[in-house]
Amino acid sequence: MAKLEIKKVNKVFETKKNRKLKALDDISFTVADNEFAVIVGPSGCGKSTLLNIIAGLDTASDGEVLMDGKRIEGPGAERGMVFQTYTLFPWLSVQKNIEFGLQIKKMTKQEREERAKQFLDLVQLSKFGDVYPKELSGGMKQRVAIARALANDPEILLMDEPFGALDAQTRVVMQELLLEIWNESQKTVVFITHDIDEAILLADNIYIMSRLPGRIKEILHVDISRPRSHKSLYTPEFLKLKTRITEAIWEESKAAATEIRK
Amino acid sequence: MMKKYFQLMTPIPRKTYLMVSVGSLLALFTIWCILTYGKIVDPFYLPSPTEVWQAGVKAVQDGTLAFHVGASVFRVGVGFVLAAAIAIPLGILMGSLKIAEAVFEPIVDFVRYLPVSALLGLLLVYFGIDELEKISVVFIGTFFQLVLMVADVTAHVSKDLLKTAYTLGANGKETFMRVLIPATLPGIFDNLRITLGWAWTYVVLAELIAADRGLGHMIMTAGRFNEMGKIFMGLVVIGSLGFLSDYLFKIAYRIYLPWSEKMEG
Repeated sequence: MAKLEIKKVNKVFETKKNRKLKALDDISFTVADNEFAVIVGPSGCGKSTLLNIIAGLDTASDGEVLMDGKRIEGPGAERGMVFQTYTLFPWLSVQKNIEFGLQIKKMTKQEREERAKQFLDLVQLSKFGDVYPKELSGGMKQRVAIARALANDPEILLMDEPFGALDAQTRVVMQELLLEIWNESQKTVVFITHDIDEAILLADNIYIMSRLPGRIKEILHVDISRPRSHKSLYTPEFLKLKTRITEAIWEESKAAATEIRK
Repeated sequence: MMKKYFQLMTPIPRKTYLMVSVGSLLALFTIWCILTYGKIVDPFYLPSPTEVWQAGVKAVQDGTLAFHVGASVFRVGVGFVLAAAIAIPLGILMGSLKIAEAVFEPIVDFVRYLPVSALLGLLLVYFGIDELEKISVVFIGTFFQLVLMVADVTAHVSKDLLKTAYTLGANGKETFMRVLIPATLPGIFDNLRITLGWAWTYVVLAELIAADRGLGHMIMTAGRFNEMGKIFMGLVVIGSLGFLSDYLFKIAYRIYLPWSEKMEG
């Protein structure tokens, strides 16, 4: 069953001097329940705009997004989000950061604390509950951000290049951790990246976007068996997919680089 | 070997830092001593440390120093606290709501460029020569600057922090109270620290005219009677009070905002 339906979504930005910039062009696709959906595309193709619309943080100029058949009108706790920038609240300890959404939900103190501990455990940071975010490394901050989003028990987890700022080694560790967590929690995930390895490693389905105005150029099913790990990167299926996606994105990037923006 | 002390934006050992700071003050003091005790400068223009010290001792003993310091501290305190109490909420509102910015920014921006010294005459007519006028000078001198600085701090709070709160289920009000306000605190603290320094400048300015007490008044009268030691003593006291208030701010920062990126470890 479709968890998420994106129906003919268009987005036009009014830039200064009354110019119009079309960022998304008639985007339609569905994401199944428990699916790990990855959206890839050249930089500046409107990927983040699309995710923001799904989150309800931005509105479509035309078209709609449905979750469980209901139209999305604004942000809500049922669609948790993890950003590329570090978004831990610096004035709250790691533990209190994870409790943030739970406190909004008016969960009792004891329940909150227990649940936060459980999710700190999940991201293997149980020892760091009392420290402030400034004391954590980039990878640790993103782990906490993931724990915070998951502790809130969203139905869909939206991730906007969450590992984009991390070094290559930390990124692989985080990807494997995310796969483990996803496998256990069976949430629907919509994940944005421009890292093709990352897309293949994580995805059930990869949605390749075109250059601006962003369209869905191609949808690919990833047939590599689960559970996956960084070792999946060496399989022939992986290489085949990688070649195909790289070519598709390269085509778009090259065209975008030589086009004059109107 | 010295090269490590000249790396851009690189910390130096704490001990070295302290030694250099104290050394720099001592050097200034030494130059003063040489110029005065060495009779290089006419003592009428630059009194010696002894003279300044004696003026200080006398003012402490007869109670005049406490009297003038008390008056100035009171004016700075009331004017500055009032300015902060209104400027902080208004600035946060202007920084977070475009409609509030549209209402207040043109006015604030206009008044901000009026030098307080140019308003002194008007304030004397409106508020007379008593405390109200002195406090209003401090208030006007700091309020309009502080509003814009707080608005700027607020406008620069990371949008992603707010978006995060929304996606965790917070509504507008909760996001405002639990995310936007705490996120502005370090910046507001910095700006309070800067504007408190200005408050001291303005209180002295106000006390130069139509005043019967305060450090500005004390210096002004001392000048009239050519009491150079007293003038310099007054300057040292003002500088020290500024230094002390700055230090208190630093301590408060450490106590109340230990999570700030600026605080180490």
